[in-house]
Amino acid sequence: MARLVLDNIHKSFHGESVVKGLNLTIEPGEFVALLGPSGCGKSTILRMLAGFEPVSDGKILHGDICLSSSKQHVSTEDRNFGMVFQSYALWPHMSVKDNVGYPLKVQKIKSDERDRRIQEALEIVQLEEYAGRLPAQLSGGQRQRVALARSLVTEPDVVLFDEPLANLDRHLRAKMEETFRAFHKRTGATIVYVTHDQSEAMSLADRIAVLKKGELVQWGTPQALYATPKNTWLANFIGRGSVLKVSEIAPQQYVNSTDLHDLIERYSSEQVFSSVLVRPQDINFVPIGDLSIVVTVNNCIFRGERYDVELTLEDGQKLLTYNDMPMTVNSQHHIRLEQAWSLESES
Amino acid sequence: MTPSLIKARFVDGPSMDSQLRWLSIGLFVLIAALSVVPSLRLLVEALSQVTLSASSPLAEVLRSERTWIALGNSFYTSGLGTLIAVLLGCGFGFVTTLTNIRGRAIWVFCFMLPMMIPPQVTALSWLQLFGPASPILNTLGLAPALGSPQPMYSAEGIALLLGIQSAPLVYLALRTQLIALPQDLLEAAQLAKASPFRVWIDIIVPLCRSAIVAGAALAFVSSLGNFGIPAMLGIPAGYIVLPTLIYQQMAGFGNDMLSQVAGLSMIIALLVLAGMLLQQWLQQRSRYSLLGHTAQSISFRLQRWRLPLELLLASILCFILVAPLFALIVSSLVPALGMPLTLDTLTFSAFYEMISRQGVTKRAFENSVFLAFVSAFVLMVVSLPLGYLLMRLPMRTRAVIASLIEVPYAIPGIVLAIAFILLFAKPLPFIEVSLYGTLGIIFLAYLSCFLSVCLKPVLSAMSQLDPALEEAAQLAGARPLKRLVDIILPLTAPAFFAGGLLVFLISINELTVSALLWSAGNETLGVLIFNLDESGDSVLASAIAVLVVMLVAGLMSLLSLFAPRLPKGVIPWHD
Repeated sequence: MARLVLDNIHKSFHGESVVKGLNLTIEPGEFVALLGPSGCGKSTILRMLAGFEPVSDGKILHGDICLSSSKQHVSTEDRNFGMVFQSYALWPHMSVKDNVGYPLKVQKIKSDERDRRIQEALEIVQLEEYAGRLPAQLSGGQRQRVALARSLVTEPDVVLFDEPLANLDRHLRAKMEETFRAFHKRTGATIVYVTHDQSEAMSLADRIAVLKKGELVQWGTPQALYATPKNTWLANFIGRGSVLKVSEIAPQQYVNSTDLHDLIERYSSEQVFSSVLVRPQDINFVPIGDLSIVVTVNNCIFRGERYDVELTLEDGQKLLTYNDMPMTVNSQHHIRLEQAWSLESES
Repeated sequence: MTPSLIKARFVDGPSMDSQLRWLSIGLFVLIAALSVVPSLRLLVEALSQVTLSASSPLAEVLRSERTWIALGNSFYTSGLGTLIAVLLGCGFGFVTTLTNIRGRAIWVFCFMLPMMIPPQVTALSWLQLFGPASPILNTLGLAPALGSPQPMYSAEGIALLLGIQSAPLVYLALRTQLIALPQDLLEAAQLAKASPFRVWIDIIVPLCRSAIVAGAALAFVSSLGNFGIPAMLGIPAGYIVLPTLIYQQMAGFGNDMLSQVAGLSMIIALLVLAGMLLQQWLQQRSRYSLLGHTAQSISFRLQRWRLPLELLLASILCFILVAPLFALIVSSLVPALGMPLTLDTLTFSAFYEMISRQGVTKRAFENSVFLAFVSAFVLMVVSLPLGYLLMRLPMRTRAVIASLIEVPYAIPGIVLAIAFILLFAKPLPFIEVSLYGTLGIIFLAYLSCFLSVCLKPVLSAMSQLDPALEEAAQLAGARPLKRLVDIILPLTAPAFFAGGLLVFLISINELTVSALLWSAGNETLGVLIFNLDESGDSVLASAIAVLVVMLVAGLMSLLSLFAPRLPKGVIPWHD
């Protein structure tokens, strides 16, 4: 097992810069998600890790070995990485068993050893009884599990996932997430997982790299990204909540209830302002008192276990909160904001 | 993996495996040898003796009255033929693609058949249909008096057959466009209360106009380069077009003969290339305009018009396909031309003679099968790495190379044959072996000519493969050659066989190239039919032609069996 280091990676296609100066250090055995909207360069990063694309500048190191730099390139065939594709990429002319066993066959591993390891891999994904089937005879979830078995059969150090759940329906996704978690626990492999779905990344990864337009926005644990996002864009991208304009305050700090109400009161649209993130669970309905603001219910949507309530402040800004009971639209209430997180403005 | 196992390579540009590098070099040499060299050789010969003096070969060609007569005749027959092709092709295209007519696959198959039947056989069968010696007219007692002219020996006869032969080209161009028309365009027009006729005239025809023009351009250049039909119908009547002029000049002698012929060839080649460029430009323009719609093809309900329309199609097919083929069969079964077919005169002696006595028939058959088989096999083997490498090239480079490969197929066979004569008239350097006068020169010409025929289905199958399939094999550690054999080949195999079969089908009947390159002992089937007819032995020629048509229909049916496993459009006569 070795550490995977991306050192100041640049990539451009036909003069257009897709990845700009990316630095990441991925510890052995870590589950890392690359998260970002489409076109943020996350798939390109994965393809450079796999060796399909050379880097334009910078270095990719795996332990002491330089996998890729502007002068050197270890080809994909020599990397011993596994990969799970969005389209599964199962070879339609080979049975499940042959698909899983192909990497071993290429490495010229003897057939009894090969059979044992295929069996083992199929066990992990619970597909033992499907060994003889062709990929066309499997469901989407089963196909993705075959792809998973194929990626782990060579016991690679690093397994790359390229939006593996994008083609599956909602119900299957939750199940496959569970499979991935078990897979990671059992193999202990380093996993780099590309997705555009923040809830998928939050629930699976140890650490998440959020990317935007080829640049790293923030790199941290899901908890850190949720509680202390760097800027307004990220605050809107991850989790639910409202970004409020308030009177000026230094970024990257918690704001307590008293200060927050003060900041809101002092804010007027002519001033220089700051943005703070208020999570829905940090808003409480209170009787009128010292620490309370007047709001109007703008909209109330049933979500099953609770209602989403959209509130409007007196200056027109919107706030999202939850409530157990439905609320009448246009009714007035008092709320207290318990805490907030101050944000950098988006560059 | 331990560090020592990892081989780091220095990259120059995009990552290039050494296996890939060798493949690429091979590819470059191959394309250069098969596509570029013949065309260049022709150009050099035509321009080599260009001087300002009036006696240079090219000037002589341009001064000769025969050149201009042949050029005019070529334009007249090809133009008239194109008109016929457009009428037939559009009629069949609209009816079989847009309506709920029954038995669509059979109509399409029958309509495409004339394209695959070699032109000399088409010409022969029409000759058997008309004229005073026609066995079928004699059988029916309708034959005109002896000595009355054969109506097919005329410019209009040539144009009619050129039209029938190239109508499928117009049909294909139109059909491709019609299939791409989305249903919602039609539904929107119907919601606007347009009648089916209005929808057709206001929506469908304007959207197909450029496809029809492109198909017509293709039909025109194909007619311009056709040798079999004007040779069989024009030479006896003394009606000369450009390809037959070249053929006749080759028979003549003279110091500048080759240079003059090369000059003539350049004229055809330039005309044809200009036509091809026009066609490609039009087709591309017509394709872009409809991108982004959901592709669900249009279908009109014919209701009470269905039966009359089916009868009309059937009678047209009867006239252009069934009747001439029937005449051909009848001719092969009579003892001599001019005799009616009755139970008493019915004889299989022509078939018997062809198989048992005529040594040349057996030889020609063997030669053609051998040439077709080896060409198909070699081209299949070549197409795999070639297609693979082409797919890895950037779009623009790929387009350039693909059109280079297309050139020898696009320029008329007669021009290509001249190029090969120029290339191989002298013994090969160093090894001092002369290919001229052997089967070898025909074989090389076939390779050059049909490379694109074999490559096209392969390329289209490869471009439909998910690139992730190969990347997954790459991650599994498989190197390019192993990926090619284990992954790409099995997944594109049907396209290979289709490409190979198409090459076999076309080359076994080929006349134009072999007409100039054959020599005694190296006859092909095409040459044999042509020579037998020229020497007046139409009965024997018909017998061979019947076998050839059966072979063509059989191979086409075989290809149809592959159709469900092939990408759309690989087999022209199949959905």
